[in-house]
Amino acid sequence: MTPLADTPATRRRVRARWRDTDTVFRYAVRAAAALVVVVLVATAVFLVAQAWPALRHYGILSFLSSDRWAPSEATTTARHPNPYGIVQFVYGTAVTSLIAMVLAVPVAVAVSLYLTEVAPGWLRKPLSGLVDLLAAIPSVVYGFWGIFALIPAVRPAGVWLSRTLGSAPGIGPVFAGPFFGVSYLVAGLVLAIMILPIITAICREVFATVPTADKESALALGATRWEMLRMAVLPRSRSGITGAAVLGLGRAVGETIAVTMVIGNSVLSITKSILGPGATMSSVIANEFTESTEPFHLQSLMVVGAWLLVIALIVNTVGKLIVRRTGEDIA
Amino acid sequence: MTARMPASPVRRGLSHRLAVNAVMTVVLALATAGVVALLVWILAYVAGQGLKYLGPVFLTQTPPGEPSQAGGGFANGIVGSVIIVGIATGLSVPAGIAAAIHLVEYRGRLARVCSFLTDVLIGLPSIVTGAFVYALWVAHFGFSGLAGAVALALIMLPLIIRATEEVLRLVPNELREASLALGVSRARTVMSIVLPTARSGIITGAMLAVARAMGETAPLLLTALGNDLFLEANPTRRMSTLSLQIFNNAITGFATAQARAWAGTLTLIIIVLVLSVGARLLSRRGIARSAR
Repeated sequence: MTPLADTPATRRRVRARWRDTDTVFRYAVRAAAALVVVVLVATAVFLVAQAWPALRHYGILSFLSSDRWAPSEATTTARHPNPYGIVQFVYGTAVTSLIAMVLAVPVAVAVSLYLTEVAPGWLRKPLSGLVDLLAAIPSVVYGFWGIFALIPAVRPAGVWLSRTLGSAPGIGPVFAGPFFGVSYLVAGLVLAIMILPIITAICREVFATVPTADKESALALGATRWEMLRMAVLPRSRSGITGAAVLGLGRAVGETIAVTMVIGNSVLSITKSILGPGATMSSVIANEFTESTEPFHLQSLMVVGAWLLVIALIVNTVGKLIVRRTGEDIA
Repeated sequence: MTARMPASPVRRGLSHRLAVNAVMTVVLALATAGVVALLVWILAYVAGQGLKYLGPVFLTQTPPGEPSQAGGGFANGIVGSVIIVGIATGLSVPAGIAAAIHLVEYRGRLARVCSFLTDVLIGLPSIVTGAFVYALWVAHFGFSGLAGAVALALIMLPLIIRATEEVLRLVPNELREASLALGVSRARTVMSIVLPTARSGIITGAMLAVARAMGETAPLLLTALGNDLFLEANPTRRMSTLSLQIFNNAITGFATAQARAWAGTLTLIIIVLVLSVGARLLSRRGIARSAR
């Protein structure tokens, strides 16, 4: 390539070419950013479009008024009753996520307090790295490990729960046996382990933003370290912890493979006991998708997917707004 | 009448307060130790089960025709994972970097909306993404490795945008200003000044996204479907991946299939951990360099 002669004419040409590539570049990156919006909108549109035949055939609300999922009873003509009730899946998602939250949030808060405020300096980085590694383990591994390592480990506790609380008045049905292993409880446990690193990571960031002056004032007034944590760090971080918990909830709601492997996939109705098998919105899709041959079966799974999308969008948006607002408060 | 002090925390004895402090310190430490022990338990269990069968046969052969038979391996799944994740990376990395450039270098209303929706997209259940790609692609063209790659690309996209966005914001503005002041165009500045400066951070983000995609299973069930019989290198046909083979073999109930699944799990864990730990080391070195 010969160098261009440095004349006003070539300069103008070079500048013009730069201007053109500049415009092309600007539109290209703009298109990439627009892709994000397009993907989200298209996801909603395509899911509803796939679900539409079932929604039109049975009526939109009929899916939410039944807890009986019996694809073999579906025919191409009968409209009532809707054999694809999805309430038990919503229930399963809610119960497993709730168990996961109850177990994971306190532990995550404790771990992130330890990692940011209590642990000796040289230990903080390596320990944080180890906790983060929990997030790197794939879902299918958690499920497989859950079947063969976690279920045998919690079986004595499950059996004990069903023996003692199972016959208690009031709360009895919640802990009714028998306990075979695959259950809402184990699914919730696996979910708790999976969302723990996510909540911990956000909590650590939130705790790190508490001003040193606040913590030092507490200590200077004679507070012990725990009192400092309780009076200076935790109150300031309350909304941050809430946001972290909601984002963890968002992850729990959508988690699929691990849950499918340990929940038992019982779809016929609501199992009240947390020690019994069930199904969640995501697990029923993963479990039945490839063998959905009955009339409106696939379309009804898409209805489940569409509702899952709605729930996940709400939970994640709320969580993100809370965390973001916290960030602005502190900044 | 003698005045009795109300039991307020301040009035409580010092020894009591120190005891509470000691107990809580132990509780916090125990919680952390418990979580680390959990990680060790999972990794040790997978290693113990996986090492029983992981070997040259497992890595180079395809599964036997009947899942109850012993022997065979996941060679087709490993090849499938590499191909599908490779295509997904090729699709999502350029698009993700471009979107992040728009967010950081151009700003504007679309950038704000896109930034927020990226967060929402990160939280989208992967099975929903799988169902979307099913409706978009598989319903018309059938199950294929390519459809799986599109689904994984959609899962990787927001992760890459977020990671790239964060490192681009760390690039000092002086560098951009110096380049623009020399009369260099905006596009040139981004391509030859901003991106090279942020390179190690972008690679870190891409590696973490690849690690995530390697382990994804649910969306592939709805798109690539799996193919346990032979080695398929043509991404326009249905393909197996390591994760799909683990899932399918794990739930069979045959000890022989589960042995293969454990070896596959160990392989997958090693790949994912090498990527995640490698990414972390790389980013630490990158930060150290820019701080100097």
